[in-house]
Amino acid sequence: MLKRLITTRETLLVGAIILLLVLISSRFPAFIAPSNLANVFNDTSPLILLAIGQMIVILTKCIDLSVAANLALTGMVVSMVNIAAPDLPIIFTLALAIGLGTLLGMFNGILVWKLQIPPIVVTLGTMTIFRGLIFLISDGKWVNSHEMSPAFKAFPRMELLGLPVLSWIAILAVIAFTILMTRTTLGRAFYAAGGNPHAATYAGINVGKTQFWAFTISGALAGLTGYLWVSRFAVSYVDIAGGFELDVVAACVIGGVSIMGGIGTVAGALLGALFLGIIKNALPVVDISPFWQLAISGGAIIIAVALNAQANREKGRIILKRAEHIS
Amino acid sequence: MSTTDRLIPDRLRSPMEQRLKSWETLLLLVAIGIFVANSFASPYFLNAWNLSDATFNFTEKAMIAFAMALLIISGEIDLSVASIIALASTAMGAAVQIGVGTPGLVLIGLSVGLLCGAFNGVLVTRMGLPSIVVTIGTMSLFRGISYIVLGDQAFRGYPESFSWFGQGYVWWVISFEFVLFAIIAVIYGVLLHKTNFGRSVYAIGNNATGAMFSGIRVQRVKFILFLLTGLMSGVAAICLTARLGSTRPSIATGWELEVVTMVVLGGVSILGGSGTIVGVVIAAFVMGLVTFGLGLLNVPGIVMSIVIGALLIGVIALPRLWSMWRAR
Repeated sequence: MLKRLITTRETLLVGAIILLLVLISSRFPAFIAPSNLANVFNDTSPLILLAIGQMIVILTKCIDLSVAANLALTGMVVSMVNIAAPDLPIIFTLALAIGLGTLLGMFNGILVWKLQIPPIVVTLGTMTIFRGLIFLISDGKWVNSHEMSPAFKAFPRMELLGLPVLSWIAILAVIAFTILMTRTTLGRAFYAAGGNPHAATYAGINVGKTQFWAFTISGALAGLTGYLWVSRFAVSYVDIAGGFELDVVAACVIGGVSIMGGIGTVAGALLGALFLGIIKNALPVVDISPFWQLAISGGAIIIAVALNAQANREKGRIILKRAEHIS
Repeated sequence: MSTTDRLIPDRLRSPMEQRLKSWETLLLLVAIGIFVANSFASPYFLNAWNLSDATFNFTEKAMIAFAMALLIISGEIDLSVASIIALASTAMGAAVQIGVGTPGLVLIGLSVGLLCGAFNGVLVTRMGLPSIVVTIGTMSLFRGISYIVLGDQAFRGYPESFSWFGQGYVWWVISFEFVLFAIIAVIYGVLLHKTNFGRSVYAIGNNATGAMFSGIRVQRVKFILFLLTGLMSGVAAICLTARLGSTRPSIATGWELEVVTMVVLGGVSILGGSGTIVGVVIAAFVMGLVTFGLGLLNVPGIVMSIVIGALLIGVIALPRLWSMWRAR
């Protein structure tokens, strides 16, 4: 029953995406050329990465509004490290980005877990603190393309089997987190902690700790995306990805993730992100001013959450597919 | 109502607060401390005109914060307030271009605020959607409409009489905005603490189901609170637009955060059910003084936002850390 509902919701979204593509291609056939679709996917990859992390956080009844600020702070730190040590192998840059992002995510997680401060307050606060820190460390200056080392900029663009590394990272993340969410105890714990915290506690799940891990994962993905973002756009400054946290939440809500917790899939987050990504890339093609984008994602959030509420009203809350999944 | 001994307290009691008498007293001490520290840190601080200028840092935000306090006490939140300012300001700017006069502009500003509040309210109370997602959505939608209308342009040319709302002085250094702030504070103080409506706001925040069974029309009260928050955003839009004299779609960016910070700093529980207007008033002064003091010391705005963010987390974290430390 649950499985059927999930498949229908995701099929619905796939249908909406196909409809969108058909509508666009009826006037601009070049848009659905494979090379352009690959471009759109590549352009949406950062959103996909962040949406996966956000989905896990939302599953546990929390919200992480600090992801974009985390991304910007990590991006600034790695680009400044790159200026100081241009010959550092890319693997260290990646480790630094993921490590720093993880720490920032853990900071959110600790405040939510140990001090039980509402997640929205914590992440609204850390969002401004992270942005302020970027200003402090960079002195408000930009790190421009010519200051970054060629290897630093080349990594996300490197082509493997016809797709850039950035796209491959998004694909790998989708696969890895699908396995984590459906095949591991931690994955089931995320659903249980958000679906029914009291029942989860009685089942031996530490709800606070589960939320801590959700924030940690979200932070790690934001950190990784931070490096990919600054190297792809070859620029870093205080306001990069400003307001991007809203797109990330929008992608999750459109993807059928319930803001009340406990409901959502990696595939949903992926499809929600792709839906927004296609709209964003199609706007200039169909000659609509990019200024429309903010209103469109706002409208999409409201419509999606209204549809989700309708869908959730029909059925009860189901937190476990089968009881034996939890050990 | 006062005859019963089963009143819901206006704020939650905890051991920490009992010892310090109340959050408001503590906050007042902080405000006095900041005031004294500022007067030592900068020779320009203790000047009637400078202090009067400093009030502009918080009056507009505080007007929204009073309505937001009621909304948060009832267990909801509105993150779209800054975007309502942008939309209301854009509407007024568009009206100026076709020659609407000051009374018309005020009417438009207030109506747009009310309409936006009603839109949020309908989505939350009629369709039963969570207010946090709805208002994250309308936050993009309302400001998005401003961007569609304005793009990278700006509206200017507000009439002289309109700018009085943001720049006028009632008496000596007492600005119109400050007087309006004081009046609105009193109105909301009475509404929350002295009326049946105010009691029902607390009741809903503490136990919405219980409130419903005691005959309170929960959804209607919440709808009115969304309307009030929208209306106050409209009022703030009028003051801010009049003060700046121009409208850009990026107007009041990030204010929703500062308004929520002000409310939480004022001792309103983010989980709903407790808080006072006096607390919010003092919190407004604290934030205004901090911003102004740091400004006099040439601290850039973005660094102040670190202080605001740290304040938001700190005021909630410190009492909890303290009680955890005490419990050991």
